Amino acid sequence: MIEMGRGMMAVWRRNADVFFKTWKTNFLPSIFEPLLYLVAMGLGFGSLVSGLIYAGQPMEYIRFLAPGLVSISAMYSGFFECTYGSFVRMHYQKTFDAIVATPVNLGDVIAGEILWGASKSLINSTIVLIVIAIIGWILFPAIRFTSLTILLIPPIAFLAGLMFSSLAMIFTAIVPNIDSFNYPFFLLITPMFLFGGTFFPISQLGVAEPFAYLLPLTHATILIRDLSLGISSILNGLSLLYIIILTTIAFYLAIRLMKKRLTR
Amino acid sequence: MSSVVVARGLVKRFGNLTAVDHIDFNIEQGEVFGFLGPNGAGKSTIIRMIQCVSPVTSGSLKVLNMDVQKQPREIKARLGVAPQDDNLDPDFSVLQNLTSYARYFNMPKDLANQRANELLEFMQLEEKRNTMIDDLSGGMKRRLIVARALINDPDIIILDEPTTGLDPQARHLIWERIRQLKQEGSTVILTTHYMDEAEQLCDRLVIMEHGRFLIEGKPRQMISDIVGDCVMEIVGADDEAEEYLRSTGKQVERSADRLYLYSNECRNIERDFQELYPKSQSIIRSSTMEDVFLRLTGRRLRE
Ligand SMILES: Nc1ncnc2c1ncn2[C@@H]1O[C@H](COP(=O)(O)OP(=O)(O)O)[C@@H](O)[C@H]1O
Ligand SMILES: [Mg+2]
Repeated sequence: MIEMGRGMMAVWRRNADVFFKTWKTNFLPSIFEPLLYLVAMGLGFGSLVSGLIYAGQPMEYIRFLAPGLVSISAMYSGFFECTYGSFVRMHYQKTFDAIVATPVNLGDVIAGEILWGASKSLINSTIVLIVIAIIGWILFPAIRFTSLTILLIPPIAFLAGLMFSSLAMIFTAIVPNIDSFNYPFFLLITPMFLFGGTFFPISQLGVAEPFAYLLPLTHATILIRDLSLGISSILNGLSLLYIIILTTIAFYLAIRLMKKRLTR
Repeated sequence: MSSVVVARGLVKRFGNLTAVDHIDFNIEQGEVFGFLGPNGAGKSTIIRMIQCVSPVTSGSLKVLNMDVQKQPREIKARLGVAPQDDNLDPDFSVLQNLTSYARYFNMPKDLANQRANELLEFMQLEEKRNTMIDDLSGGMKRRLIVARALINDPDIIILDEPTTGLDPQARHLIWERIRQLKQEGSTVILTTHYMDEAEQLCDRLVIMEHGRFLIEGKPRQMISDIVGDCVMEIVGADDEAEEYLRSTGKQVERSADRLYLYSNECRNIERDFQELYPKSQSIIRSSTMEDVFLRLTGRRLRE
């Protein structure tokens, strides 16, 4: 157990070292993307929206949108890292092969990769959160993160990151080549991006609303938004449970499928 | 002497293909042991089973008295492997490749730095310390892979085709280093398809093909047992001359343009032969591992 944790951390450190070597270019998208979204969607599009109601409260569109951007960032960071990032390391760079020749085992490598994916989710979504808070403070007072519960958003983003990274690793274990990642992105990530409760309340989906609750992003978004608004409901507990269960299953499945792929 | 690797009835299958086919061997503490054979013979497959990354299909394999299936972590901690294919980390510089690798062995940072610097010197890579991997030549990459295999001061050093594709200088540097490591008491396991390399470096070796051992032994001994001490190569011999050579009772082989006669007494045979068939040309040379190999596997192309 101790050895597994040690191996996992060594793999995590490898990826962190590479990331922080080029941190300037790595951080730029996380800083500017939320800015663009807030201006385009929040200001440009949001001004057309009136009468939005979330959790029984009327609210301005930009206030509804802002936490959604944090959860989108958590999703994309983890999913990208453990699809394209992990695949490149596994297949093209043969980094996994090099590592398993040491006391670190394949399971540790995959666990370390997933942990790193979740860390990317944590890093990027925290930057997004900070950028939004600052921009909100200066430009969009409607955003108003007043509740202290926003401090719980990074840990939730990390947890969501574990979920998305584990799911991503499942695809990495089964795709024949790197182009095949188009499928999970097109069939899973894009629909979540659009229907995961980030840009509009899922209650707008009418009869299709229950389906939105199947999507992992919906639950990450609910938790992050409610924490940012200082709302709590029974739904939050269920969302947390959903994330924990899916993460556990996906994590073990990913490690298993990866062992199957790489053990020859 | 004690055996550091012991294989009994070792088998590896990939689907229908039997890559390693019921082999037995012992590798002793402190020797350089070679697996020699053409591409596809099963050398890397054996190596990958010894290093605990490829599961054994059947049979038993013990490394340092531990079972590869039961104690892979403990075994891997004491091995240093230079794999056949380059898997250096392109996201890091030369030095960082060594220090980041040391972390997987849970080495303290100071020790890792010290070892990394010593190894860069050992493999003559000091000047490339801060170079990124993509900017290294093939020879430098190989040297770095060997350096990386030594970072944990391993009990057994495994080199899978360490010199394939290298120029003579790089090749000789690696040879020198292997000899040096042996002198310092390390056990070295080497695979190669270069006969001269095996002959020069190995205390003992096996020649293998299709997952089986054709022969096992000490190189010089093997050469004199199988082909004798010298080879006479004859060009321009007609059928009658060939008949005469065969009548000496020595091993004679024919290739497209010449005859080979294997013996311990080439000089005498050549003298008599030249008197009878002055139109044929012949030369005498020492026999090599290559002759053993060709003798065992035939001179025809095998694909
Ligand atoms: N992962 C694999 N899947 C299927 N066949 C393999 C695999 N690895 C090696 N082989 C086959 O096993 C045989 C031995 O390969 P290998 O051990 O790499 O030979 P060598 O190292 O002597 O060139 C070859 O026929 C090769 O094609
Ligand atoms: Mg090989």
